Amino acid sequence: MRTAVAAAPMAFSPSVGCGTCAKDAPKFGVGRLDALRCSLPAAGLSIEMNAKLASPEPVSIDFRGVSYQINVIPARPIVSKLSLIVLRGETLVLLGRSGSGKTTLLRLINRMLLPSVGQVLVDGQPTSTWDPIRLRRGIGYVIQEAGLFPHFTVAENVGLVPGLEKWSAPRTAARVEEMLQLVGLDPQEFAKRRPRELSGGQRQRVGVARALAADPPILLMDEPFGALDPVTRSELQREFSSLARRLGKTIVFVTHDIREALLLASRIALLESGRLVAVATPHEFPRLDHPEVQVFTASLAAVPGAPA
Amino acid sequence: MTPQLTTWSFFTDHRAEILGATLDHLTLVLIAMFFAILIAVPLGMLIVERRVLRTLALGVASVFQTIPSLALFGFLIPIPFIGGIGRRTAIVALVLYALLPILRNTYVGLSGIDPAVLEAAEAMGMTSVQILFRVRLPLALAVILAGIRTATVITIGVATIAAAIGAGGLGTFIFRGVAMVNDAVILAGAIPAALLALLADLLLGLLERRLKVV
Repeated sequence: MRTAVAAAPMAFSPSVGCGTCAKDAPKFGVGRLDALRCSLPAAGLSIEMNAKLASPEPVSIDFRGVSYQINVIPARPIVSKLSLIVLRGETLVLLGRSGSGKTTLLRLINRMLLPSVGQVLVDGQPTSTWDPIRLRRGIGYVIQEAGLFPHFTVAENVGLVPGLEKWSAPRTAARVEEMLQLVGLDPQEFAKRRPRELSGGQRQRVGVARALAADPPILLMDEPFGALDPVTRSELQREFSSLARRLGKTIVFVTHDIREALLLASRIALLESGRLVAVATPHEFPRLDHPEVQVFTASLAAVPGAPA
Repeated sequence: MTPQLTTWSFFTDHRAEILGATLDHLTLVLIAMFFAILIAVPLGMLIVERRVLRTLALGVASVFQTIPSLALFGFLIPIPFIGGIGRRTAIVALVLYALLPILRNTYVGLSGIDPAVLEAAEAMGMTSVQILFRVRLPLALAVILAGIRTATVITIGVATIAAAIGAGGLGTFIFRGVAMVNDAVILAGAIPAALLALLADLLLGLLERRLKVV
């Protein structure tokens, strides 16, 4: 039933529905999650609908008519009039070329940026009313260069947020060990190392462990495997794909690599110059009739014999 | 008698005096460096995020640096409270002189940190105070110390001129030697000052190497 989310161009326009279940739409307030899944990306959720939702709230992140621009003249919008919903527990991949506004969308979620127009709701609350520190402690963040603290050991890096959250030392230590094992690093061998004593792939593993340490419900990933060599990259992609499924976290994953998007996503949102042009499951995505989709799909075929 | 022998005998004859002047000199430098660090490091933290203040602070500190040191000592004499003849005035001048290298290195060290590290710190929900004390300062420490090292070496040299306004120290020998046209007396001030500077440079350099984390 997840096929119906092909809420094509202008996903926030209420008129674009999803054929198969449009008739169910009036009923979905009573908890028909499947109906909700396909209706939401198309319709954007009205406030009344939101109020009717049974708890736990199935919507984790909700972009409502969001524009973002920096104050230069002439102001060029980086994100314009974008509406998009991320469901709890799904992996939404934001796909687009460099400069399409993907990273800006991530930074709007954890309030590193505030929208110029519109609202971003996290757990039903606009980011503008969230205390940024509280909001960010509940959101894991992994970036391309890992951004590990070079003066901290691996264990200190991973244990940072639990420490900030005033966990007891034994609890933090146990959690650090658990996280390192989760990302496939032997705590005995790696806990005391410093970031410069790790390979690129190991650094990204530590980056993921650090982001997950305080068990945040949301994970934001900004091209986390982008700087790795192809072999390490596909190794981490495969491992992360199964990890993501087990964790059940809401994941927003930024990439410009359609192969990565198809592998990891439960839904792919395609951005072009700050606009949302399509939202679709990996299954449907390559078949969408949109020039930008076709550009990406063509890049997939560009390497003969490459595994998708 | 050869000049070397004259110098040597002057050193041996005035051992206690030279040692006393060296200690005076060192005290002068240490007090000046203490205040310079106390002012420049916090100021450096302050200007990292504030562009206007940064331009102003670095500009003013650069101006102090461009004033010839002898002139700076002279300028300070007529100023009430901080001025006058003696050590206090000398310390004020030395502090003003030492500000720029420390201030500039504090700023450069704090702002030269890998943006990915700072982005991660912010995204993880660290407050700006936590980012300053747990990320920025530890990572900038080696660079800040390099500034302190430069400033210390400069101050040891400039402090010889402090004798011109009656602040004592090794400069006393140098001025006396110049007046007497006696190289031995000049060297009695110059050699210990040079040794002090080398020693300070060496020790602070070792400390800097140990603090370098990346």
